[in-house]
Amino acid sequence: MISVRDLQKTYHMGDIAVRALKGVALEIGAGEFVAIMGPSGSGKSTFMNILGCLDKPTSGEYILDGFQVSGMSDDELAAIRNRRIGFVFQTFNLIPRRPAIKQVMLPMMYNPAAREVEACAVAALERVGLGARIHHRPNELSGGQQQRVAIARALVNNPAIILGDEPTGNLDTRTSEEIMAIFQELHAEGKTIIIVTHEEDIARHAQRIIRFKDGHIIVDEPVAARVAAREVLAKLPAEDEEEDA
Amino acid sequence: MNLWESVLVALEGLAANKLRSALTMLGVIIGVFAVIAMLAIAEGTRVQMMSSIQSMGTDVVMIFSGGGRRGGGGGPARGGFGSTQSLTLDDAYAIADDCPSVLAVAPEAGANAQVKYRSQNTNTQVLGTTADYPGVRNYKVASGKFFSNSDVRSSSRVAVIGYDTATELFAQLTPVGKDIRINGSRFRVIGVLAQKGSQGGFGNPDDQILIPVTTAMNRLFGLENVRMISARATASDTLTQAQEEITRLLRKRHRLASGAEDDFRIMTQTEFMSFANEAATIFSVLLGGVAALSLLVGGIGIMNIMLVSVTERTREIGIRMALGARRRDILLQFLVESVVLSLAGGGIGVLLGLLLVAWTGAFAAETLGSTPVVSTVSIVLSFSFSAAVGIIFGVYPALKAARLDPIDALRYE
Ligand SMILES: Nc1ncnc2c1ncn2[C@@H]1O[C@H](COP(=O)(O)OP(=O)(O)OP(=O)(O)O)[C@@H](O)[C@H]1O
Ligand SMILES: [Mg+2]
Repeated sequence: MISVRDLQKTYHMGDIAVRALKGVALEIGAGEFVAIMGPSGSGKSTFMNILGCLDKPTSGEYILDGFQVSGMSDDELAAIRNRRIGFVFQTFNLIPRRPAIKQVMLPMMYNPAAREVEACAVAALERVGLGARIHHRPNELSGGQQQRVAIARALVNNPAIILGDEPTGNLDTRTSEEIMAIFQELHAEGKTIIIVTHEEDIARHAQRIIRFKDGHIIVDEPVAARVAAREVLAKLPAEDEEEDA
Repeated sequence: MNLWESVLVALEGLAANKLRSALTMLGVIIGVFAVIAMLAIAEGTRVQMMSSIQSMGTDVVMIFSGGGRRGGGGGPARGGFGSTQSLTLDDAYAIADDCPSVLAVAPEAGANAQVKYRSQNTNTQVLGTTADYPGVRNYKVASGKFFSNSDVRSSSRVAVIGYDTATELFAQLTPVGKDIRINGSRFRVIGVLAQKGSQGGFGNPDDQILIPVTTAMNRLFGLENVRMISARATASDTLTQAQEEITRLLRKRHRLASGAEDDFRIMTQTEFMSFANEAATIFSVLLGGVAALSLLVGGIGIMNIMLVSVTERTREIGIRMALGARRRDILLQFLVESVVLSLAGGGIGVLLGLLLVAWTGAFAAETLGSTPVVSTVSIVLSFSFSAAVGIIFGVYPALKAARLDPIDALRYE
């Protein structure tokens, strides 16, 4: 499904060239759940942004669903971001002052095939347990709730791949676990999921861990003892956060 | 994203910053308002001039001294064309006698003069003419009578005064039978002209004093030539013929060689109209141009605020792109926003312009001598101009937004 070969990315800052990716090769099959780890500055975000078609590699090949992404036009890349990939950010990246439903409707505005936009948005919000918060604005939502809105937004055009760059990076343990529960459910439904994380606990929710160092992949291993978020949540002391999931 | 959705998004964006949007719009509002008001004034003047020319009648020609078919340029300014004074009183008589298609003739010769009745003093135009003047120029005598041809032959000191002049000199008194002094000479008022109404562009037809042409030329002002001759054709359809007869006669009388240019110029109503139209157009362009400048300033305001908006919303642009917005979607979003701003401003400006013209029409009529007229053209013009302003000044900020790289925009702090 995803195949990259000798992917390189060099940032130029004045005279200094920063080599963020120094030849990354990787295959990720459909339906996999992958966690990417590695020290700060090792190139994880750079890699994710290229996978998400937000950025272009300096050289190398990126093949998505059999299509060469490297040579695509801006409009084709936009279409991929819109329909094939859902991106979840560490900082949520919601548009200020807009109710949740409007946030989730946004990707459908750029999708000519989208029908019953409002109903789909409500369904996506219910899917992430925010059915009762569809008219809340970002500043009226907790961090975890904002990230759920962002996930609903990433889901709404029904992409096969969900990418998350430290999706739980700004959240506490329990909320992180709730978000991971959603990712695991989506994975169970057949989506391909790739997340970046700094926490081993979070990474162990995935099936496979890829470790970056200094712009290279140094480890690529399956997860031995996989964690089920629902089970962890059940063991955590109950909090009276009223959820309608 | 279709256009309608873009408009909704734009409205949302503008509503998020109501005061700023309103202030930006104000620039366009003032601009459009100024265009509407200025063009209304210009149009009012044109309508006024047209109606005053209309009252001249389709069967009248005016002959001015000075040559050149069309060269020279200038309009029918008072005192005729050019400096050469070629028309004489005898020319006028000859036209009346020898041109079969000419019904009547009224020469004009005169100057401004000091006019006195007892202690009342005024400076007005004193015009020498003949007994046919009221018939040729469509004047009616309100009281008393007009002077006769024998008054002209004998150069008598009689005067027929205009309506406004009468009011000014005599107030409530009856002017007929009173003596007035024109440049010191005594004249007997024998008639008062009926009011014609102020007519913009050609002086006030109600503020003048008519005396026999011979008196004016020989006794009062010492003139050799007449300023102009009005001639009425026997009918509207003999006008061209009359024009030809007059040309032939005057060329013969002035002994012009066959190749030489005319040393006089015959103007018909149609020609006056085209002159007036030309003048009105220049007037419109000047006034409209000044007003358009302020619309331009409004446009710069839009551009300024759109640039600020693009910078402020860089992250939003990044998010939209990350979610699948193409460059053209972003371009359209910001372009629609600036066009909505300018069109809304344009709409409000048009409304304000209409209201102002409606409210102050009467006042303007008094001070300008003409009632402002808002033409559909000026509404369409200023409205589309404001739309154009929105597009032209919106393109650069919108392009700037659309050219952003998704990842750079997302990372923007
Ligand atoms: N826009 C940029 N311009 C210049 N250098 C950049 C840019 N983005 C990233 N880099 C550099 O590329 C390298 C990799 O950055 P990247 O963001 O991919 O790291 P990361 O693995 O995501 O780190 P973290 O775990 O802290 O998020 C770093 O050295 C960083 O300084
Ligand atoms: Mg990172």
